[in-house]
Amino acid sequence: MAENFEQHSDVSATDLARLTQEAQAEATPSTAKIIWSEFKADKPAMVALFIIVGFILFVMIGALFINTPKMMETNIMAYFNQPFTSDFWLGADSGGRSVAKQLIVGSRNSIGIAIGLTIISSTFGICWGLISGYFNGYIDWGMQRVYDFMMMLPMTMMIIVLVTIIPHYNSVTLTLIFSIFYWEGTSRLIRSRTLAESEKDYVAASKTSGTSNWKIIFREIMPNISSLIIVDCTLSFAENIGVETGLSYLGFGLPSQTPSLGTMIANANDPNNITQYWWTWLPAALEIIILCLSISYIGQVLRRAADASQRQGAAD
Amino acid sequence: MWKTILRRILIMIPEVIILSILVFLLAKAMPGDPFTGSINPKADPQQIHHLMKINGLYDPWYQQYWHWVVHLFHGNLGNSYQYQEPVTRLIGGRAANTLWLALFTMILTYAFALPMGVYAGRHEGKLPDTIIRVYTYVTYCIPFFVILVLGIWIFGYVFGWFPTTGSISSSASGWLSTIGSRFYHILLPGILGALFGTVNIVQYLRSEVIDAKGSDYVRTARSKGVPSKDIYRHHIFRNSLLPIAAFAGYSITGLLNGSIFTETVFSYPGMGLLFVNSISYRDYTVITALVLIYGILNLLGTLLSDIILSIVDPRIRIE
Repeated sequence: MAENFEQHSDVSATDLARLTQEAQAEATPSTAKIIWSEFKADKPAMVALFIIVGFILFVMIGALFINTPKMMETNIMAYFNQPFTSDFWLGADSGGRSVAKQLIVGSRNSIGIAIGLTIISSTFGICWGLISGYFNGYIDWGMQRVYDFMMMLPMTMMIIVLVTIIPHYNSVTLTLIFSIFYWEGTSRLIRSRTLAESEKDYVAASKTSGTSNWKIIFREIMPNISSLIIVDCTLSFAENIGVETGLSYLGFGLPSQTPSLGTMIANANDPNNITQYWWTWLPAALEIIILCLSISYIGQVLRRAADASQRQGAAD
Repeated sequence: MWKTILRRILIMIPEVIILSILVFLLAKAMPGDPFTGSINPKADPQQIHHLMKINGLYDPWYQQYWHWVVHLFHGNLGNSYQYQEPVTRLIGGRAANTLWLALFTMILTYAFALPMGVYAGRHEGKLPDTIIRVYTYVTYCIPFFVILVLGIWIFGYVFGWFPTTGSISSSASGWLSTIGSRFYHILLPGILGALFGTVNIVQYLRSEVIDAKGSDYVRTARSKGVPSKDIYRHHIFRNSLLPIAAFAGYSITGLLNGSIFTETVFSYPGMGLLFVNSISYRDYTVITALVLIYGILNLLGTLLSDIILSIVDPRIRIE
């Protein structure tokens, strides 16, 4: 033993650097690195990532330069202006308002609400699932009954009723209303993973050594299922774009003076618009399809990155 | 077995009671009173006051709730202020339309999904499997109302193959042409709903088939010399039929939620469109009734699925 120690103690600085490098090379790569190599291996995913990031940046910055109240003013001279002209790239709607500008502001609103909704509902769903899955027994039973009850509610109808009750709502209240009803999927997924996770040895060991329950839940179990959380958030983000636009389409989301992708598609409710003035609604519809497909595709890539057996990228 | 079902139903009762209280309070909180709009603006305020009083609108909420529940059990859901007829009759007329459309969509969904699921599982990892996977993925991601709008635009307006509004054409007479016309009106929404609702069944069936391929009973059948086609059709498919059937209950929830969009896009006079219209007229007797009916239908759908699943898989029976 003593000899060994002697030997190890006089490792030269160059050797130490080399050993450190070797150790780093053999270490498990970080999550970010795995995800990046997964994207590099999958060219369509790279395209989807660039579309999404570029597009979100474009509408967020572009919308800053557009004066919304001025844009929404009626301009009778431009009544159903044809698309692909110099003033109106995508034409104008029945009020002579530029479709292209509405599309930018509308995308900003829709994506913004979807991001807010994803953050709020996922946070709530993750906490609900973790707590319900970790504490078995009465707490879990009670939380599951609440979950069952929420699943029974006709969601779309409840949201519409709530929106009509609240007199002055804006995008923040709207996001909160949606959040009440869209945490169940996440909570269910997280709960089942937490159930499996809390039976593992490290949790038992931590419990015996006296770690508090909250610390086990949020500092030990949660980091271990973080890849699942990332995947689930991405997929619910794509879904949430559909939630807001769908209700705005029915006329119960954002008010008609605030453009959203949904209110733009609602232009198609008029039989004249849908055929003759297709440019008032078709761009918004196509945009939603592209957005949802790209975001979910990114979600699929993240899922592959999270599951070592499905990875395509060389993890180096 | 029966114990499980009984327990499941017992759990349902408090859920229904809480739902009814919630729905009632929400309806109370809606702006305007039920006489808004149906009364001449010159009417005497005293008279309105009197009307409110005899209709019990000044009572405390729990008394009003109790009256409402008593009426409910007598099959009396009140009068619609917008249509001036009993809510039960109004909804009864619309419910048939919604249920026919939902039933048709469900049958078509199974008709599309079952062969796809078995086929994908059978040819796991090959080209057909990839195509089916991409198809289910695409249909799952796109919001359904966008598909409805695009569908009615392409097939209803541009090509003119399908009607774009209503549930029956006004010229239909005689029972044969009535049924024909009704069927024609649910054809496009039904096909769209089915094409874009297959994902759950296909994925479940696919993984079932892949699991079953390596199981002992399939190997036995193979060594007996049963043709491959018959193994898939009679052994594997038959085995996964019940859990697949259990999906029908869960999909009721999705179909009902979707009916609001489908019926709005196609101006199809069912319960979903009635709901959207009633909201804009603040017709809250109708709104209350519809939310309650949808909630109870959701509950029954889940119950049905849970019962079927507990028959199939004894592990999930509630103890």
